[in-house]
Amino acid sequence: MDSILKVTNLNLEIPNRTLFKNLKFEIPAHKLTCVTGENGVGKTTLIKHLLQDLDNHFTQHVQFSIQRDQIQYVPQLRNIDDEFPLSIHDFVSLGFKKRILPWNSPQMKTTLTQILTETNLSNIEKQPLGRSSGGEKQRAYLAQALCANPELLILDEATASLDVISKHELLKLLKKIMATRGLTIIFITHDPDLIEQYADYELHLSNQSGTLLKKEGLD
Amino acid sequence: MFYYAFMRYAFTAGIFIALICGFMGVFVVARQTSFFTHTLSEIGFSGASFGVFLGISPLLGMLLFTSTSAILIGLSGEKLGRREASISVFSGLFLGLGILFLSLSTQQSSYATSILFGSIVGIDASNLHTLIFLSIILLITIMLLFRRLAYNSFDGQGAEYNQRYNKLVSIIFLILLALTISVTAQIVGSLLIFVLLTIPASAAKYFVHSLGKMIALTCAFALLGVWLGLYLSYLTNWPVSFFITAIESVVYGVAILYEKIQNAHK
Repeated sequence: MDSILKVTNLNLEIPNRTLFKNLKFEIPAHKLTCVTGENGVGKTTLIKHLLQDLDNHFTQHVQFSIQRDQIQYVPQLRNIDDEFPLSIHDFVSLGFKKRILPWNSPQMKTTLTQILTETNLSNIEKQPLGRSSGGEKQRAYLAQALCANPELLILDEATASLDVISKHELLKLLKKIMATRGLTIIFITHDPDLIEQYADYELHLSNQSGTLLKKEGLD
Repeated sequence: MFYYAFMRYAFTAGIFIALICGFMGVFVVARQTSFFTHTLSEIGFSGASFGVFLGISPLLGMLLFTSTSAILIGLSGEKLGRREASISVFSGLFLGLGILFLSLSTQQSSYATSILFGSIVGIDASNLHTLIFLSIILLITIMLLFRRLAYNSFDGQGAEYNQRYNKLVSIIFLILLALTISVTAQIVGSLLIFVLLTIPASAAKYFVHSLGKMIALTCAFALLGVWLGLYLSYLTNWPVSFFITAIESVVYGVAILYEKIQNAHK
């Protein structure tokens, strides 16, 4: 199995509690892996810890086969209220980080149009993000992440506030984008339906350790 | 009106103040740190009176106080600056300190009003040159860091994980804010700079939704306030600060009305 991330003998503690002991797992490349587990088991804390280790070049227990720039993390909570003024177009453009000049280059504009089409946002690109629905917001977060041209996308409970239809739309979109771009996706979720239908692998966290299970996700 | 040198200086200063308020205001409003901006301007007042007390220039005292506070707040996390209680504590403390320094120095109390509320007569050629010089430095820094500042301001959570040196960007932003306040306080006063940094940008976001247009409209609103305020003040001899706040408030009122009408038509 070709893996994008290898974790070996990782211990993770938070004040007054041990979250994981001798944790060991691999995340397969170019697949969608759902990270599951009870509330409070430390799914988000684990992911943040992995990213921190990569930032600080601690490679003893956590080995990524890619650079930090090639990973985009889509956090669960974002400060986007009803009055958030930026249009979807401009919010997504925040994801371009390599350029210094404030305006977008022609090449970036082309890329942006392509990403907005890919994420079904083209016809509402001028709409303020604050006025957009939950599903539209999640697609905008995804589109913003794609601007950085990542190899690995990590989504934290992206479907938590969505209705059933939007959930399935988002997951179908994710799998399509994963295939066309050759991405690897880590998706933290509780939703058994989604895991059953879309996951290629499931990393189940419990009892301070993790087990990777192969699933028959649809393509 | 332009016969007087100080009026020409004030109008020129208005252009630069409007420009930096256009850029910084949009970021301040996006970060929802309007009240921290207010506190920072009170810290600026305190710094200015400290400068007077020491016999150095008020601007230097202001720069010293506001930048130091900006760095401290940046290091301890910007959330602290948003917390209501800490805002009250800092505002009160620094206002008190400002009064202390002024009473310890030999200056008249009229000096206090001029720091707090600004005065057009206070601007001379050397003030104007300092203002232009500092504004240009500010604008160049903002241009170089524009993308990072925008990501950091409009999508704090996203930037926290996906932007390198994000914390440094936050600290730089706060220092830029401290500089902006110190620079602009000379004309509108340290208490009312708050108005120019928050109201034009808050109004602009109801009219337009792209980053570029928001900045342009914010600059326009700020410039309108400063220029028209100066003109009305010249005609009536009433304080400029009053006119600027009144004009900006009207602009905000119109923005809210526009928003209501837009919603009603949907």
